[in-house]
Amino acid sequence: MYRSHVLVCGGTGCTSSGSPQIIEKLNEEIIKQGLQDEVAVIQTGCHGLCALGPIMIVYPDASFYSMVKVEDIPEIVSEHLLKGRVVTRLLYKETVTAAGVRALIDTDFYKKQHRVALRNCGVINPEVIDEYIGTGGYEALGKVLTEMTPDEVIQVLLDSGLRGRGGGGFPTGLKWKLAKQNDGDQKYVCCNADEGDPGAFMDRSVLEGDPHVVLEAMAIAGYAIGANQGYIYVRAEYPIAVERLQIAIKQAREYNLLGKDIFGTGFDFDIDLRLGAGAFVCGEETALMTSIEGKRGEPRPRPPFPAQKGLFGKPTILNNVETYANIPQIILNGPEWFASMGTEKSKGTKVFALGGKIHNTGLVEIPMGTTLREVIEEIGGGIPDGKKFKAAQTGGPSGGCIPAEHFDIPIDYDNLISIGSMMGSGGLIVMDEDDCMVDIAKFFLEFTVEESCGKCTPCRVGTRRMLEILTKITKGQATMEDLDKLEELCYYIKDNSLCGLGQTAPNPVLSTLRYFRDEYEAHIKEKRCPAGVCKALLSYVIDRDKCRGCTLCARTCPAGAIIGTVKNPHVIDPDKCVKCGACMEKCRFGAIYKK
Amino acid sequence: MACKKQTVPFSGTKEQEEALKKVIAELKDTPGALMPIMQKAQEIYGYLPIEVQTMISDETGTPLEKIYGVATFYSQFALQPKGKYKISVCLGTACYVKGSGNIFSKLEEILGITNGECTPDGKFSLDSCRCVGACGLAPVMMINDEVYGRLVPDDIPGILAKYK
Repeated sequence: MYRSHVLVCGGTGCTSSGSPQIIEKLNEEIIKQGLQDEVAVIQTGCHGLCALGPIMIVYPDASFYSMVKVEDIPEIVSEHLLKGRVVTRLLYKETVTAAGVRALIDTDFYKKQHRVALRNCGVINPEVIDEYIGTGGYEALGKVLTEMTPDEVIQVLLDSGLRGRGGGGFPTGLKWKLAKQNDGDQKYVCCNADEGDPGAFMDRSVLEGDPHVVLEAMAIAGYAIGANQGYIYVRAEYPIAVERLQIAIKQAREYNLLGKDIFGTGFDFDIDLRLGAGAFVCGEETALMTSIEGKRGEPRPRPPFPAQKGLFGKPTILNNVETYANIPQIILNGPEWFASMGTEKSKGTKVFALGGKIHNTGLVEIPMGTTLREVIEEIGGGIPDGKKFKAAQTGGPSGGCIPAEHFDIPIDYDNLISIGSMMGSGGLIVMDEDDCMVDIAKFFLEFTVEESCGKCTPCRVGTRRMLEILTKITKGQATMEDLDKLEELCYYIKDNSLCGLGQTAPNPVLSTLRYFRDEYEAHIKEKRCPAGVCKALLSYVIDRDKCRGCTLCARTCPAGAIIGTVKNPHVIDPDKCVKCGACMEKCRFGAIYKK
Repeated sequence: MACKKQTVPFSGTKEQEEALKKVIAELKDTPGALMPIMQKAQEIYGYLPIEVQTMISDETGTPLEKIYGVATFYSQFALQPKGKYKISVCLGTACYVKGSGNIFSKLEEILGITNGECTPDGKFSLDSCRCVGACGLAPVMMINDEVYGRLVPDDIPGILAKYK
């Protein structure tokens, strides 16, 4: 028994900002103070508040230290762990109030969250199966195998209203039902952990923080549809997640929770890992299966659907990581419990990855139906530097931008589609007045052009033509006819592409056209970028009255475009200026502005 | 993405070849083994030149064009060697809105190479990537396994100097 547990986040975000060194130093200091039999240091998964990493929580009092530095460790160990005096100066300042230190769950960031899929992330050590079992892990698998028929399992999922968390929102129970109905000597259960949507990292956090929940849910799926082999297709760019999955699979096999005759019920199920190799299109279900088969990850036309002919031509179900993470809880707590959360057609919770121009970047899990305002202003802490909110982008390259006018819309699958965006896998990037919506649309099209697999013409050629028009617009060379052509092309690509990647590729353009058409028109008609982003349309100017003639800008300019003598106002030669903005950053008097 | 500036002659060793053959023998009979084999091969050689692809083809009996097709489809497979220091700048959405585009331009300017290329001395290679998942630290770049976060363009010369 330890009298205190120190939990240090070992997710990718905190690891990048130095949590392994923190753990090393902690252990060193604890031994120095002779506390090794009283205090245990545990590396956990993600706590969600990635912006404040590395994160460390000291139990039993749950003191939440943020942005911990190696230099701070000796003080924390000698003051807090040895003498029991919390180092208030280093605590997350939201937890420090006039009345004393308050619990993390009472802070704005956590107050409105409800953690189901992320239940164990940041709580258990993901590399120790006993900790997972200690929080009720593998109980659902036991219940399913010993007390329920496959049809009952599927019925529970149907009743719960769980829909696919990877983006499409297809009812999970229905998917399983279809796969069960198809006879086959061999069936497969696949897990899509190829989280390619830039800015979304909830699947990675689940795999890093609670890998066993995915294994357990896949085994449940195997029992329900009659499969005994599973594959997890995970991005090779997630080395920590891959390693923890490997450890988890090994431990589960040792405990006979994977393998032959699980729980002595005669049910066999095993799981193998397959690493992705960096192709966005492999997040599409048929492409993912083609990739597991060892081929170029090109999508196939549907039908036949994977439930009929999937991996290696056999009936297959494919679910996303976050979807699986909900399933053991649904089995244990019942479908009514799950259906009591959320909106009429979207049940349960959804994890979002908050990023971009927002205070609390990180992972949040909220009940469906929470409004965008609550997510951005309350949980996310609003926009930094007093800037004005312009749009929130959801759904990655397949989604769209939500403007301020829809700030109070409850977030669920159907509402997001009705306003021209989509849930996607849950990336939520906040943009402020300094972001140009045409530039953002162009950014996403560049992504799609690069990632288009090239199999079908509308996507391969069409997206490239769209990108060309967008580039023309950002350079101020486009006409209003180009804008019409762009829109026409959008609908054509949407209707005619083979897979989801192509069908949704025009969404970033369509949604920005819908809400920010005036920005497009300003680029075309007035040759002006209202947000001051598109370089070709900008010029930098020095305000004669504010310039003190300090010559700093002239010395900074990489192009030698600034002319002037000491103590006299300088001028920028627009023909030489490369519009890098370095002068404006350097000027101490705020005399340089963009026009 | 191919490196366009230079081609380095293939210099595989006997040990590497044996390691590859061992991997192939282990994986050959698992369904869909081609990609895992190629991933291991890239771990062994650092990249997948035509010589290595030919070896895989000979050992597995898979047609060479099929292997080449897979190698060129996935961005992870490199047909040219990478630099000693692999720089990848995140151009995912969260980093992009926080200015990673400027970080990338700064690197291009200093190193004189662009996306997918490496410097003539084989020291640095530059790639853009989509989200390393450290969105809280945006904008982010990686040099080999080291992550640099919350960057501004002026940080770049100092960071590169560490690797000179």
